[in-house]
Amino acid sequence: MQPAISIQRLVKRYDSGHVALHGIDLEVRPGEIFALLGPNGAGKSTLINIVCGIVTPTEGRVLAAGRDVVREYRAARTAIGLVPQELATDNYESVWATVKFSRGLYGRAPNPRFLESLLDALSLADKRDARIMTLSGGMKRRVMIAKALAHEPQILFLDEPTAGVDVELRRDMWALVRRLRDQGVTIVLTTHYIEEAEQMADRIGVLDRGSLILVEDKRTLIDQLGERQLRLMLRRPLDAIPAGLADLGLQLRDRGDELVFTYDATRTIDVSALLRRLTDLSIEITDMQTRQSSLEEIFVKLVSRRS
Amino acid sequence: MSAPLHRPAPFVPPRFNRHGVLAIYRFELARAARTLIQSLVTPVITTSLYFIVFGSAIGARMHSVGGVPYGAFIVPGLMMLTLFTESIANASFGIFYPKFTGTIFELLSAPVSPLETVLGYVGAAATKSVAIGSIILGTSALFVPIRILHPVAMVVLLLLTAATFSLFGFIVGIWAKGWEQIQIIPALIMTPLTFLGGAFYSIDMLPRPWRTLSLFNPVVYLINAFRWSFYGATDVGIGTSIAFTLGFLAACAAVVAWIFRTGYRLKN
Ligand SMILES: Nc1ncnc2c1ncn2[C@@H]1O[C@H](COP(=O)(O)OP(=O)(O)OP(=O)(O)O)[C@@H](O)[C@H]1O
Ligand SMILES: [Mg+2]
Repeated sequence: MQPAISIQRLVKRYDSGHVALHGIDLEVRPGEIFALLGPNGAGKSTLINIVCGIVTPTEGRVLAAGRDVVREYRAARTAIGLVPQELATDNYESVWATVKFSRGLYGRAPNPRFLESLLDALSLADKRDARIMTLSGGMKRRVMIAKALAHEPQILFLDEPTAGVDVELRRDMWALVRRLRDQGVTIVLTTHYIEEAEQMADRIGVLDRGSLILVEDKRTLIDQLGERQLRLMLRRPLDAIPAGLADLGLQLRDRGDELVFTYDATRTIDVSALLRRLTDLSIEITDMQTRQSSLEEIFVKLVSRRS
Repeated sequence: MSAPLHRPAPFVPPRFNRHGVLAIYRFELARAARTLIQSLVTPVITTSLYFIVFGSAIGARMHSVGGVPYGAFIVPGLMMLTLFTESIANASFGIFYPKFTGTIFELLSAPVSPLETVLGYVGAAATKSVAIGSIILGTSALFVPIRILHPVAMVVLLLLTAATFSLFGFIVGIWAKGWEQIQIIPALIMTPLTFLGGAFYSIDMLPRPWRTLSLFNPVVYLINAFRWSFYGATDVGIGTSIAFTLGFLAACAAVVAWIFRTGYRLKN
């Protein structure tokens, strides 16, 4: 299947001389939610803005819906909707006027019924005739989303959609994004909330100082890079790790009443064998727990490994 | 959040994005409509003031210029002056404002060509200044008798001037980095050139060196051609005037083409 977005050897050097992207290669699959992670200044917005036509690429090629974003910009841009990082709205316009404007600007014939339903879906129906300046920040963000969807794009970019957004609106947005994905819209989002990427994304790309250091299925990523821990609560505290268990790299915690076994997710371990060895040493276990590292921990590890 | 959302289907964009042009055009005119009272009342008041000061005070002493009553003589110049300043102000504001608020991202990421963008913005600015020019003409007719000998030429010149200076204003708006720069061009260049360009007098009335110097002022040609369409008399050749306007239009178009090719002050 043709990728929704295909980026080849993309380089961006700003006029200041700063190289924001060092040869990015990336394919986003149709219908997926792709989360772009990375610290401040990594180049996430630059990448998005190049695909959308706001920033000119220095080198390389970008296709959106199979069309070159520079040479066939009309076809490429028609397929794309963008909610930029910065909230920028026409304060004096009404919600309805601005959404109608967006649809027209993208070359689509008027369709009041669709726009009504879009406002409805974003809980903006009762704000239809309100001037944008009278809306709260969260409402304005919904308006930005409505504008981005007004021309029924196949691909939606959300550059930090949930920055400065309260919990409820964030939930709403996640629900919306999922629904769009279920309808077949490809979604690329950036976020600093790893929890968000963890919940939402199908695949994750990590950008650091202009290079894509990793692109992976979310599940695989968590499985491969995630550490797992098996924690064993002991009936009687130990003073030290018994010599018979030295080969396992166990840790003793909490005044000696907790044994922690750390292993990476690629290695399957034989839990019953481990337990048998403990029983052989007459170590009694009252409780056990396993946990897996979150994307957040993985992310911090990845980025700090490079610096 | 339960209403249905769209199901994306490939959409083949038309060769010419007329919905896009209309969206920009309507949006710009809606902005003018929000300040309708100001937009309409201001030129009426200013025109009346000009008539009181120039028409009545000076006209009482100076009865006619080349056979045209002084009050009527200044009407084309007054319309031109307004056409210049309004076209530049409207078009520069129209494109500067989204740059200022950041909403320009939408224009840059939309499937509109440079030509379509210019048609929308410059078309709207020119429409507005033609409307104001017409209001001035109407107001003037209340004060002085007005004849238009060559109405077709008059309309063509009106439209041509509005389009040319709106295009120029569009360039100013893209070039400008702040509000002061938006104001500086009309205030520092256009108003002096217009006042010195024979808006309120015939350059034949000037002594020798000034008269010759005036011939280097492009505005002289515009005002003269326009006045010719009213009263038939002219200080300079009508052909030269039209050539001048078209030349300036072509120069502005070339600059706009360059701006879109390089993304100058629009894109990084
Ligand atoms: N117009 C510009 N001129 C020069 N440098 C720029 C420009 N825009 C961005 N940069 C630089 O390019 C780099 C990448 O910026 P970008 O905005 O793409 O980062 P980001 O990953 O989106 O960061 P954030 O998470 O803070 O939004 C930064 O170092 C930034 O300073
Ligand atoms: Mg960013």
